[in-house]
Amino acid sequence: MPHSLPAQDVTTPGGLLLVLAVLVPFAGVLAGIVFGGRGAQRVALATLAAGLAIAIAIADALARSGDAVVYVLGGWTPPLGVALRADGLAVVMLLAVAAVIGGIGVYARADFGTPPGVREARAPLVFWTLLLAVWGSLNLVFVSGDLFTLYVALELLTFAAVSLVSLDGRAETRRSALRYLLYALLGSVLYLLGAVLLYGAYGTLDIPLLAMRVHPEPAAWAAAALMTAGLLAKTALFPLHLWLPPAHAGAPAAASAVLSGLVIKGSWFLVVRLWLDVFAGVTTLPSAQTLAALGAAAILVGNVVALRQARLKLLIAYSTVAQIGYLFLMFPLAAGLAAAQLDSAAAVNGGMLQAISHATAKAAMFMAAGLVYTTLGHDRVTDLRGVAQALPMTVVAFALGGASLIGLPPSGGFLAKWLLISAAITTAQWWWALVMLVGGLLTSAYVFIVVVRAMAPAPAGWTPQAPVPRYQEVAVLALALGSFLLGVAALCPVDVAQIGRAVAPGIGLR
Amino acid sequence: MNTPTLFGLCAAALVGVGLYGMIVNPQPLRKILAFNLIGSGVFLLFGAIARRGAAVGMGGDPVPQALLITGIVVAFSATALAVALVRRLFDEAGSATLAAEAPAKAKADPPTP
Repeated sequence: MPHSLPAQDVTTPGGLLLVLAVLVPFAGVLAGIVFGGRGAQRVALATLAAGLAIAIAIADALARSGDAVVYVLGGWTPPLGVALRADGLAVVMLLAVAAVIGGIGVYARADFGTPPGVREARAPLVFWTLLLAVWGSLNLVFVSGDLFTLYVALELLTFAAVSLVSLDGRAETRRSALRYLLYALLGSVLYLLGAVLLYGAYGTLDIPLLAMRVHPEPAAWAAAALMTAGLLAKTALFPLHLWLPPAHAGAPAAASAVLSGLVIKGSWFLVVRLWLDVFAGVTTLPSAQTLAALGAAAILVGNVVALRQARLKLLIAYSTVAQIGYLFLMFPLAAGLAAAQLDSAAAVNGGMLQAISHATAKAAMFMAAGLVYTTLGHDRVTDLRGVAQALPMTVVAFALGGASLIGLPPSGGFLAKWLLISAAITTAQWWWALVMLVGGLLTSAYVFIVVVRAMAPAPAGWTPQAPVPRYQEVAVLALALGSFLLGVAALCPVDVAQIGRAVAPGIGLR
Repeated sequence: MNTPTLFGLCAAALVGVGLYGMIVNPQPLRKILAFNLIGSGVFLLFGAIARRGAAVGMGGDPVPQALLITGIVVAFSATALAVALVRRLFDEAGSATLAAEAPAKAKADPPTP
């Protein structure tokens, strides 16, 4: 049962920050369009800095009060009004997204600078405004307390992401973008249908109110199934992953980093919200097992297909398909822990850490692939000779990001998999632990192949196709290091992700 | 059978037809139309729910109606974006099919950095 009863739904200190977290990026979008050209880039970079400060201030407000940060829009309390809420889960994601998008912004200055002598170019203007649009929509996904606002946020996220896919305007990427859009539209309309059914049955779309009113019956089951299926199509969980590799591999490197690292986490986060907060008493252990079985299939299929890719960017995109699988293993584990009367926080924290370490590592790896492409003029995995000579920092960053995906200590991926595997063993679901270990082994194979090929000496007389600015390499390395050192989060004295949450999330799972 | 139930059944039929069309039809434009059919079904259902949930003496529950209008706007912009993409694809590739599978083409095309 969520702690925030309707009577307590009042704006808390720092509540206005939640509004700013959503408004500032969208104000940046409008200002970017008004100023255009180089102005759009300046506005975007200034907004990135301001947004990071806002995210830190929200985290501070959360830590001070030890409870969720709430803002009631217009003073109208739910069910009539709409509330914005940031509990521990939301704040952790807000911080991670602000940090990753900051790194991507620094990197993208080189690729999306307006060329000298031109007042305005299409790709830079679109990229900088859409970067802010993606960010604002993600923030709205994290802080919304209402299922319909979440629907609008998801749609905004989709529109921005689809346009990022087709940024370079080739027919091939337009086709990937269209395929992505059709999957996403089907997903969102199914989600909306579920939300409508919930309103029809319980008369509210506010998450805490709904969690109190919802109980196991056909309407709730149908809504849960429709919403989950729709969100899986948007998250690209196997077998609905077909749109992802061409879309993510075809976009420019900085856009790929946004799409693969951040955008898919938006709809995944919503699945977490629904399963842990809204449908905690409706979902059953077998349904959670089904979700995790799809995740396990994603891990195996994604990794094996990644091993067979000839191009670096497609390899990284298939690796994303596999890593999405890990994100869904937390559901039966949290349910199992709750059923055994144990604290399910371990499994939930494992899932959140996996999301954040994948966001940082995958953004770093896609941007590293972009630098490799700039240097070599191609990204064929079989011919990466000389990369380590020209870009030592980037190869180190790729290896560190890969280590986080594999789960080597002390990376964030290690801590995430450690938490999930120990939860699997505690709840006697050893098969998920087995899948995670095999997945780690397969991941290490392709990361190793890439790093070894990149370390090979260049042929005599070879020179890089184009120089790479040093700050791009530093941005990539910083994100990879962040992912690699995320494991020290284990030393954090406060369980940040669980602040302001129910006593034991998923306690009602049977 | 009362009126809200009739509308609810119509909505279910629309969603079913749209879902079938969206999965089975290979052409993008037909998929977009099928998406709009599903959307109409959802909106019709929402309208029926608004009518059924009305308090005594009121024509309907106002909250679903407000959400409905927002939903229509969102679905409209989604359709506009999708149709614009289809048109661009047609202009550039000469046809607007999703069938030319990406992996085969992707090897021939140089990737972008």
